[in-house]
Amino acid sequence: MAADTLSRVFSALADPTRRSIVARLAEGDATVNQLAEPYQMTLQAVYKHLRVLEDAELVSRPRGPQPRPVHLEEKVFDVMDAWIESYRRRAEQRYRRLDSVLAAMNDTDDKDGAHHDQGHGDNHRG
Amino acid sequence: MTKAMETTIEADPKLPIIRMSRDFAARPEHVFRAHTDPALFAQWVGPNAMDTRIEYWDARTGGSWRFVSMREGVEYAFRGCFHEVRPDRIVQTFTFEGEPDGVALETLWFEDLGDGRTRLRTQSLVDSFEGRDAWLASGMETGVNEGYAKLDRMLADGAV
Repeated sequence: MAADTLSRVFSALADPTRRSIVARLAEGDATVNQLAEPYQMTLQAVYKHLRVLEDAELVSRPRGPQPRPVHLEEKVFDVMDAWIESYRRRAEQRYRRLDSVLAAMNDTDDKDGAHHDQGHGDNHRG
Repeated sequence: MTKAMETTIEADPKLPIIRMSRDFAARPEHVFRAHTDPALFAQWVGPNAMDTRIEYWDARTGGSWRFVSMREGVEYAFRGCFHEVRPDRIVQTFTFEGEPDGVALETLWFEDLGDGRTRLRTQSLVDSFEGRDAWLASGMETGVNEGYAKLDRMLADGAV
């Protein structure tokens, strides 16, 4: 997924109402009226949120004279995966830095010949 | 760096919890110390040591901590309490001061795998799914746009 698409998706999902609409649609298709029900909002306001979600290609809403249900695109689940994967990757980067710190600590131990337990971090003077 | 050491992550579907696990080629005392000694912690928590300033750090049961990260001239402050600190586990709170109402309850387990290896397991509990999603999304842009550049730089520096 291209970075600009992704940022559009994330700004679309940055709003709690839109996330809640997405959560509702994950249970199944719904009409705009059904979507508006739980909120103290005008239909117009709901349409505005839907337009943002449509622009991000997260939902689709067939146009026509009859009211058609709003449908959640599969892409949402890819985005959720990307979300979690990005978080994981940042943690992994942090832990790779920790690997280096730990390697240096091991080296120091080897040089000192200090293989006995030195006690715990809160007493450590370094 | 073997594949087997990579961080694993799980977002619980029923509770607003993020769980992670990672193995390290170091004894539990060292992994624990790298979390409790502020000088060591500052070396790995941020993109580089210069970018993280530890304001206070009292890694004892009932103690508290605060650090500030610099990113492109902007300061981001984080603080929390050490609820419980002992060799096999740390329980602490974690708050980004930009959103002081949001607080995560974090538990870290240091599990001795023998042969000088340690499994670190972490669990972060937040107060809502919305909070967790915002948490996961924080720094998302950075993750996408700058994450690889940062990793490349570290690889070049031999830090990884």
